[in-house]
Amino acid sequence: MHIQEELNQRHVLSLTVSNEAGILARIAGLFTARGYNIDSLTVADITDDHSVSRITIVTNGPPKVIDQIIAQLDRLVPVHKVTDLTEVGPFVERELALVKVKGTGEDRIEALRLADVFRAKVVDTTIESFIFEITGTTDKIDNFVGLMRQIGLVEVGRTGVVGLIRGKEPV
Amino acid sequence: MAEKSGADILVECLIDLGVEVVFGYPGGAVLPIYDALYNHPTIKHVLVRHEQGATHMAEGYARSTGKPGVVLVTSGPGATNAVTGITDALMDSIPMVVITGQVPTQLIGTDAFQEADTVGITRHCTKHNYLVKDPGKLAGVVHEAFHIATTGRPGPVVIDIPKNVQIATAPYKRPEPVQHASYRPQIKADAAGIDAAVEMLAAAERPIFYTGGGVINSGPQASALLRELAALTGAPVTSTLMGLGAFPASSDQWLGMLGMHGTYEANWAMNQADLILCVGARFDDRVTGRLDAFAPNSRKVHIDIDRSSINKIVDVDVAIQADVASALDDMIALWKQRGHEQADLSAWWDRIAEWRTKQSLAYVENGIEIMPQRAIADLYTACQATGKDVIITTEVGQHQMWAAQHFGFEAPNKWLTSGGLGTMGYGFPAAIGAQMGNADSLAICIAGDASVQMNIQEMGTASQYRLPVKLFILNNEYMGMVRQWQELTYESRYSNSYSDSLPDFVKLGEAYGWTGIRIEQPGDLEAGIRQMLETPGPVIVDCRVAKLSNCFPMIPSGAAHTEMMLDPNQIAGIMSDEAKALV
Repeated sequence: MHIQEELNQRHVLSLTVSNEAGILARIAGLFTARGYNIDSLTVADITDDHSVSRITIVTNGPPKVIDQIIAQLDRLVPVHKVTDLTEVGPFVERELALVKVKGTGEDRIEALRLADVFRAKVVDTTIESFIFEITGTTDKIDNFVGLMRQIGLVEVGRTGVVGLIRGKEPV
Repeated sequence: MAEKSGADILVECLIDLGVEVVFGYPGGAVLPIYDALYNHPTIKHVLVRHEQGATHMAEGYARSTGKPGVVLVTSGPGATNAVTGITDALMDSIPMVVITGQVPTQLIGTDAFQEADTVGITRHCTKHNYLVKDPGKLAGVVHEAFHIATTGRPGPVVIDIPKNVQIATAPYKRPEPVQHASYRPQIKADAAGIDAAVEMLAAAERPIFYTGGGVINSGPQASALLRELAALTGAPVTSTLMGLGAFPASSDQWLGMLGMHGTYEANWAMNQADLILCVGARFDDRVTGRLDAFAPNSRKVHIDIDRSSINKIVDVDVAIQADVASALDDMIALWKQRGHEQADLSAWWDRIAEWRTKQSLAYVENGIEIMPQRAIADLYTACQATGKDVIITTEVGQHQMWAAQHFGFEAPNKWLTSGGLGTMGYGFPAAIGAQMGNADSLAICIAGDASVQMNIQEMGTASQYRLPVKLFILNNEYMGMVRQWQELTYESRYSNSYSDSLPDFVKLGEAYGWTGIRIEQPGDLEAGIRQMLETPGPVIVDCRVAKLSNCFPMIPSGAAHTEMMLDPNQIAGIMSDEAKALV
């Protein structure tokens, strides 16, 4: 007997939640308890009085599972609203990464040249290394990191995705 | 304003919220609350023997009265012992508030004596939970907790209160009702869904009502409305285990329970229906059988207050997110307003009549052994003869299914069983809780010899509070359902399913000051049951039944409704690994 798996789709979910103790554990725990995937998760408070946070979750699953994820998130008591940006779209998504690369001579010049193409900024340097700051979609950062790996990637820190619906209306 | 201690604030809140009974067990981290209870005798405290018992008592109390059940336990082991009952309440949507003591705030996280991460442990087995670190916030939290536990899809809520918060003081004023920032369950259905459902129901040729525990949770009004809509449409009605009693078993339109141990007619009618109206049920795997063969030619309407239940397992054509009573009320009003007449369902009823001739609940008696089905049927007859209000609870296993099949339920809130979690040890404490909430009713727990032992220590609780519960044990000296599955799927290799070293239940009863009765012969069954019902005070009955009886009909795991087995001769032998892997 083998275990069957279904085809997955990537979705970006945007949640507003009450900013209370345990909310992140509640959300992350829901994903593990029900066997859902988290590709990335970001959280920070977004109101003047620090009472509401926005959580952005990148997940993947078959369409039916995505619907369940949204319904399950929505019934958590401190969750105000769940928006599937991928479904509601069009939307803007960005991620920030810090990418540490080491190298000398031609590698160093090539790293700077590629950084320029990707509009990455140098935020730290030594004679033998750079830290680049890059923002963009997950794909763009993946590509940049992939190229840097060939030059001399040391390590990467990524924030995970945040996203907002295009246009003047809130989500 | 005069300040009160956290413990006093808690007790004031409970009184303000109309709490009459608390099921609990004291310990170091709740001593201030117990001291406050000492000074507030208006709240009756039931001292249990084990915290799990308290949670099931609260469930039994809640399910039989419609009021939330309240539990009070200490930190650490008190809280962890309550976890099974909390999970049970979550799975079966039982309104319950569990108050747990916690080590003082400055000790949280230090592995202090009797410390457990109660909010962490219960995060996924509660509807919501709280750790209250400020006595000034306690009143708001307690009122909110009761609101959340009892509204929408009901469920358990845990309030964890550190000991220093119970002692520290704060001003107390009864909180005003406030609209919750994010929790707003949808009660009223969207008109479009109601419209579509009514038109589909009016046009259906082979409709069926598939009802569940949501009808009971919605209140007695929902059961009344279900009966009215069923009468208007003339459609057959079946129910899940949790929904028994919402529709009267004596009705001609009643098909019996559906699912794994449901009747032939209920499962075939589900399979052949052209319209399924699912009312407060959730397409559980025990109900659907093999999903790709589930009701293949039907359109489906699903009424559920919980959006996450809709399209979770089975895709439906019309989704109605609403409270059952509200949605049924809207449907009836629209049905009448449109002037719909009852359709001619005679061809459909003819087919149902044919399925009924299978007599799928029939069983063979040999006159030597008591058949467990007969014991339930006789208990039912005897209960009817008493003319009293009867509340039946069960443990989990064969006896539970036989009770569901052979005891007729006419009204909601009279059938208390652990459906979703399937908790052995639920039934006996649930009967105690039901008896607490319904002093004049006859509370009977139908148990098995194995499951009754899981919370048998609560016999002392019934003795202490002089609760005249009846514990009716179908004793076959096996974990019967485990043994049945081993017979069906593992070539009768009865690995650890024999109940060895059973106690003498009659003597055990006597040790606790109960009346003990043993029934061994078919000829003694009626008299034994009558004696149980007529004896004042708690009674334990050791009813020795046929040891190797199987519960039929049965849809094996992973089989379709149309593949149900009616008797042991249809057992196919060894199951495939795919079938074995299913629960």
